[in-house]
Amino acid sequence: MARDAVLQVAGLQTHFFTFGGTRVVRAVDGVDFTLREGETLGLVGESGSGKTTTCLSIVGLLPRAARIVGGAVVFEGEDLTRKSQRELRRIRGRRIAVILQDPMASLNPLFTIFRQVAEPAFFHQRLRGRSLRERVQSLLRAVRIPSPEWRMREYPHQMSGGMRQRIVGAIALAGGPRLVIADEPTTNLDVTIQAQYLDLLKDIQRDTGVALIFVTHNLGIVAKMCDRVAVMYAGKIVEQAAVRELFDAPKHPYTRALLGSMPKLGSKEPLYSIRGQPPNLANLPPGCSFHPRCPDVMPRCMTEEPRDFRPGDGSVARCWLLGDVLARP
Amino acid sequence: MATIPANTRLAAERTWTGRLAALVKAAREAPLAVVVILGGLILVAALADLIAPYDPTLPVKGAEIFAPPFWMEGGSLATPLGTDFQGRDILSRLIYGARVSLIVGLMGTLVAGGIGTALGIVSGYLGGWVDQIIMRVTDAWLALPAIVFAIFLAAMIGPSMWNIVVILGAVYWTRYARVIRGEVLSLRERDFVKLAEIAGASKLRVIKKHILPNVLNTATVLASLTVGVVIIAEASLSFLGVGVPPPQPAWGLMLSEARPTLMAGQWWLTVFPGACILLIVLATQLFGDWLRVRLDPQTRNL
Amino acid sequence: MSQFIIRRVLYSVVTLLILSATIFLIVRLTGDPVALMAEASARPEDLERIRHQWGLDRSWPVQYVTFMQNAFTGELGKSFNYRPPVSELYFQRLPNSLTLGLAATLISLLIGIPAGIISAVKVNSGWDTVAKGVALLGLSIPGFWLGLVLILVFSVWLRWLPTSGSGDWRHVVMPALALGWYFAASMLRLTRSSMLEVLGSEYIKLARLKGLPDFVVIAMHAFKNALIPVFTLAGVNMVVMVNAAVIIEVIFAWPGIGRLLYEGIFQRDFPLVQGVVVMAGFMIVVINLLVDILYAIIDPRIRLTR
Repeated sequence: MARDAVLQVAGLQTHFFTFGGTRVVRAVDGVDFTLREGETLGLVGESGSGKTTTCLSIVGLLPRAARIVGGAVVFEGEDLTRKSQRELRRIRGRRIAVILQDPMASLNPLFTIFRQVAEPAFFHQRLRGRSLRERVQSLLRAVRIPSPEWRMREYPHQMSGGMRQRIVGAIALAGGPRLVIADEPTTNLDVTIQAQYLDLLKDIQRDTGVALIFVTHNLGIVAKMCDRVAVMYAGKIVEQAAVRELFDAPKHPYTRALLGSMPKLGSKEPLYSIRGQPPNLANLPPGCSFHPRCPDVMPRCMTEEPRDFRPGDGSVARCWLLGDVLARP
Repeated sequence: MATIPANTRLAAERTWTGRLAALVKAAREAPLAVVVILGGLILVAALADLIAPYDPTLPVKGAEIFAPPFWMEGGSLATPLGTDFQGRDILSRLIYGARVSLIVGLMGTLVAGGIGTALGIVSGYLGGWVDQIIMRVTDAWLALPAIVFAIFLAAMIGPSMWNIVVILGAVYWTRYARVIRGEVLSLRERDFVKLAEIAGASKLRVIKKHILPNVLNTATVLASLTVGVVIIAEASLSFLGVGVPPPQPAWGLMLSEARPTLMAGQWWLTVFPGACILLIVLATQLFGDWLRVRLDPQTRNL
Repeated sequence: MSQFIIRRVLYSVVTLLILSATIFLIVRLTGDPVALMAEASARPEDLERIRHQWGLDRSWPVQYVTFMQNAFTGELGKSFNYRPPVSELYFQRLPNSLTLGLAATLISLLIGIPAGIISAVKVNSGWDTVAKGVALLGLSIPGFWLGLVLILVFSVWLRWLPTSGSGDWRHVVMPALALGWYFAASMLRLTRSSMLEVLGSEYIKLARLKGLPDFVVIAMHAFKNALIPVFTLAGVNMVVMVNAAVIIEVIFAWPGIGRLLYEGIFQRDFPLVQGVVVMAGFMIVVINLLVDILYAIIDPRIRLTR
């Protein structure tokens, strides 16, 4: 691949320190992935698996109790973990944008749409007056808001949910970003509006060549949107592969379980549900974190943490089963 | 040249707030200190007859009027905190005053809590027109500033310590009624209450067995936070002359008697009783905060 | 919307009726005012004549209806002692109470809002803990004692400020501080919790994700949202302070309605006491009604959930 890497995350570790540092929760524990220009990476996993914390670590906006304790986040050649908040501020909203989950809550109820969309251009590109107005209008047009010149004078509560989420999209585009992180941007939307919105994101990506990280637990969306997928479990990426590869030949039992729990059209097979409880991050089992719930558990899984295996088709998976596969002649 | 003083000042400020913060934090988190203060005050109030050097209602024989505390010129160790306009011993009056404050504070809170909890449970559990009536009355009661209502009632009913207990109870029940009613509304929908009802338990039994025990924690926390308010209200009423009647030694009354001579600089007559009120209210507030954290985990972050 | 307003107005009217009836009953139940006021040597027929003159010989319901009828026309009855109508006395004193209430509100805002914001922005820091301490002292120091201590320090020892009376701003400072102190603490608590809630919201997260400077995030995005409840409470508090300043007005000899009430009580002037208390209830019911309606207009969500 000739395209440049926009983002390289290497060995990222973000821990939460609670109760005065006496309790450590390893929310993100050694995450690696690379994202190229125009590429879309899907980040999948149950809630609490560390998806959101990974995203917040990239932009350096973690909750008070959380700290990046290891690894690097290299964005366009610069390690963001070594940057001050001041320097990060010039990157956030400009070169990296984030779309949050809840369109109802992520717009400030007391400010006009114009003001909220204009802010990144105002502070980062220092646009003023007419050029600012024109910029906002073209952004709103880009996300297909009808008659932006008067819609932008309205307040969020005057908009529908789908429109608000498109406005949040316009805000993300306002700084002209190279990377957009979308954290479950469609969970609160109706299915038809969801599809429209995803199409819109695809179109925008094709036009601008922006790299996209798509956080979701909906594998259907992943199949539609993403080039590559990373499956997270208990703070680690347990499998990473191209979309086709992952859906056709999942390597990790957890991925298989996730795919099995997805309803298929026309299929009469019962849905597979993952047995057991989601892991407690403060108190993970020894060995492979998934072993208490794994259908293919081996004695080794209970004591030894698996390393990354690369079966050769470009995918990576953390599972001893692959060790066996590879070891066999 | 200029940077060094600027830096040192910054550092000094930091340690200043740091120290203050540590102090406040310690006070908030150490129930022991609070318990010691409260326990001490209760002990002093209970044993006033043994501890107090003089009768609080009579002048000390041989003592001057307006004698200052012992460390000032003209002060004497016989009356360590000085004497008032009749030559009564301030220390003895403070000790007996603690008794008045605590009795009114605790009993007033008990009356208010009793009325409010009962009305809150009835209102929340029975619902319907009973609820409507009780809540409208609560609204009406809340419309008057508590202290104005208390002054009004005290002026109408007449001054005496037990009247004040009843009056303050009648004024401060509203908050209990509101909070407890809200809690009962959600309890009513819970399975164990529904089951008891299906099993044919009478309303009274459901209230006694299932509702009351579940709202007691909230009522206790509210009570611990009300005691201080009631104590200040009693002092206010006594100060205005519609509370505890003289010659009883109530702190509010002492402040009222000290007022004419405040301009003459006889500060001890004003500072000591007020400091006592401050101390007792602060201790009950801290105790209440601590109790809230212990008994009511949901409001811990408030 | 109009249905909501009608319902709220009805509730307020019911509240006021219950309140006025309660006050009326308490006044009548506690004894015959004429007998209480009269000297022991007064002749029974004189008392009877006075009772008739004041309308006290009629049945209670009749007296109550008359009282309410008069109240609706702005007439609160005649003062026993002062002779002029109660309403005249009341409105003579009201401006002074408004001045004091306004000054105390300003003080409570000046202390409560900045401290509350610092406390929320630097949550769990040393500043936060100090602010919590201030809030605690606000509830624990009796306002009237603070007033006495202020007099002691600034009038007796330092001789900077006059002890009592009204006139220029120097007369207002101490009573306003003593009155506003408690409310400053409540402002602080509300500002802090409201600010914390807003700072944790998604739109503040998005504002930070836009790369806006902290100042803009806090002073513009958070501030505006967080202060709506704070200013609402300040409005309600001001009305409460206007009416509840009895002791402070007595201490500083401030000629407001609080002291009018005090004077009424000591002269056993029942129409006056009754009038002042009913007016206090009326003002507070009205401000609460206004706040509710205003909220419903500002925020359509409240309208739907109630």
